[in-house]
Amino acid sequence: MTAHAWLLPSRTPRSAFGKLLQSEIKVAWRVPLGLVLGVAVPVLVLVILGTVPGPDKPVKSFGGLTYFSIFFPILIALALAVISLISLPVHLATYREQGILRRMSTTPVPPSWMLAAQVIINLALAVVALGILVVAGTAGFGLGAPKAPGGFALALVLSIASMFAIGLWISAIARTAGAAGLIGQLFLYPLLFFSGMWIQQEHMTPALRQISQWSPLGAAVHALQDSMQGTFPSAQSLLILAGWAVLFGVLAVRFFRWE
Amino acid sequence: MSLSSRRGVPAATQSQASGPGLIPQTGAAIDVRHLRKAYRATVAVDDVSFSVREGEIFGILGPNGAGKTTTVECVIGLRRPDAGDIRVMGLDPQADREELHVIVGAQLQASALPGQLKVSEILDLYHSFYPDAADLGEIMDSLGLAEKRNAYYRSLSGGLKQRLSIALALIGNPKVAVLDEMTTGLDPQARRDTWQLIEQVRDRDVTIILVTHYMDEAERLCDRIALLDRGRIVAIDTPEGLAGRAGVDKRVRFAPSKSFDDRLLTGLPEVSKVERDGGHVIVTGSGDLANAVILTLAAAGVTAGGLHLDTASLEDAFVALTGRHLHDEIGRVHR
Repeated sequence: MTAHAWLLPSRTPRSAFGKLLQSEIKVAWRVPLGLVLGVAVPVLVLVILGTVPGPDKPVKSFGGLTYFSIFFPILIALALAVISLISLPVHLATYREQGILRRMSTTPVPPSWMLAAQVIINLALAVVALGILVVAGTAGFGLGAPKAPGGFALALVLSIASMFAIGLWISAIARTAGAAGLIGQLFLYPLLFFSGMWIQQEHMTPALRQISQWSPLGAAVHALQDSMQGTFPSAQSLLILAGWAVLFGVLAVRFFRWE
Repeated sequence: MSLSSRRGVPAATQSQASGPGLIPQTGAAIDVRHLRKAYRATVAVDDVSFSVREGEIFGILGPNGAGKTTTVECVIGLRRPDAGDIRVMGLDPQADREELHVIVGAQLQASALPGQLKVSEILDLYHSFYPDAADLGEIMDSLGLAEKRNAYYRSLSGGLKQRLSIALALIGNPKVAVLDEMTTGLDPQARRDTWQLIEQVRDRDVTIILVTHYMDEAERLCDRIALLDRGRIVAIDTPEGLAGRAGVDKRVRFAPSKSFDDRLLTGLPEVSKVERDGGHVIVTGSGDLANAVILTLAAAGVTAGGLHLDTASLEDAFVALTGRHLHDEIGRVHR
């Protein structure tokens, strides 16, 4: 099939995409896996932080930065990771396992539209999660605007692209929802570790810090922290993010199957 | 006597398409030639050829693992054949997949719908997929789905899920419908309702491929049937034709209104044997036996009371043609 037919078949009504998106939103609302994991979990972490005194006080060992401003990019990484590594692939793999993708592949609607609908919905979830984090962080933890907003935006877009690419690759290869959940978690915990979720990157051994800088979430947190604190993110971390996005994007397209 | 309720098919075209070495028909809705498909070392379908006329209900009948589903999956473009040529309304299922899916509706095994969507939402969604879709309300009414419109898919019974699946196969106003095991898992009443529905669909001049392992279903609905066994076509014929090939005679049993001489019937070309069983007469023969017997008796002033006709079944035909039973695991197939 040509690329054109894969994305824009000539006879399929264009309005079908809106309908598909609409019904996928209903499903996402009625089975709120992404909503619970992607939005509620980071918010929960925020609430826990809020009960502990002092995350908004400057800390000497962080060079006068608040604990929260160090931790904020890690919260972003957590939300992105859960949405892209769990919510997106588990949903698509469930559809594959149940033959929903197979059923759809006999209609004039290309299954790539289903993929697009799912990416849009999970992107929206990510935006909601980020919005809540920003609002709560500003109101409750004295979070200031990023000092390099352009760099922050670029780092954010590349972080989303790299994590969604990994999630789409998992969606591409996992035959069942169980397999998707398993592969997702195999990625989730190591990637969160290297993002500095449990040990700050600065406190890691040199070897771990090396791995961390090359890992997608480690690079994401690095780039986001830089832009929060006033410097444009390093070319290295941006290129690493772009590299992951391209690598897994290509793998996802290469290995995707409908059933 | 369910056979007689089927729509007649001209005898000349029937014989033309019988046997694996059929002549490809121009103007056929579906034309499959020398189809072959293997999964690794297992050959699922081997040198399968058949041709389906427009408006026909064409059955593909065979035991589990005979290659029925693989065949139709190739026809609707879900699988790429290893060899052979397929045309559906002139389209190549692989090269013209996009166009094909506009005119072909499919009801597949092992395919489902999102459990958290309501019947009406699913119908509405699939309705939006087609450029020239059928009327939503009419589809819902004719499939008895209107009162279940607000039910979630996951809460539907097996019969209702099947009905919805058939509705979705028809919602795009297809020229060709492929129905794979559409009544498997349904209770007898739901099966008969589904059959009636298929007969209504046929009346809209939709060409239908019906995959089944139910003899009664094939006999009732199909104009012609391809018997498939171990990936190969054993025979293609009308249900009567297949039964005839089984070499099993027809039998007519009746109570005559008055006595008559056996020679009245034994002289008929259709009759091979006349027996008496108390007050009943049992006539064995072939062809249009019942008609010949009744007309001859009537001409002699005899009416045949309590007339009962036994015909060879497709099951007999399958055994005769393959040496095997269609249902090796009868308990599993006939729930």
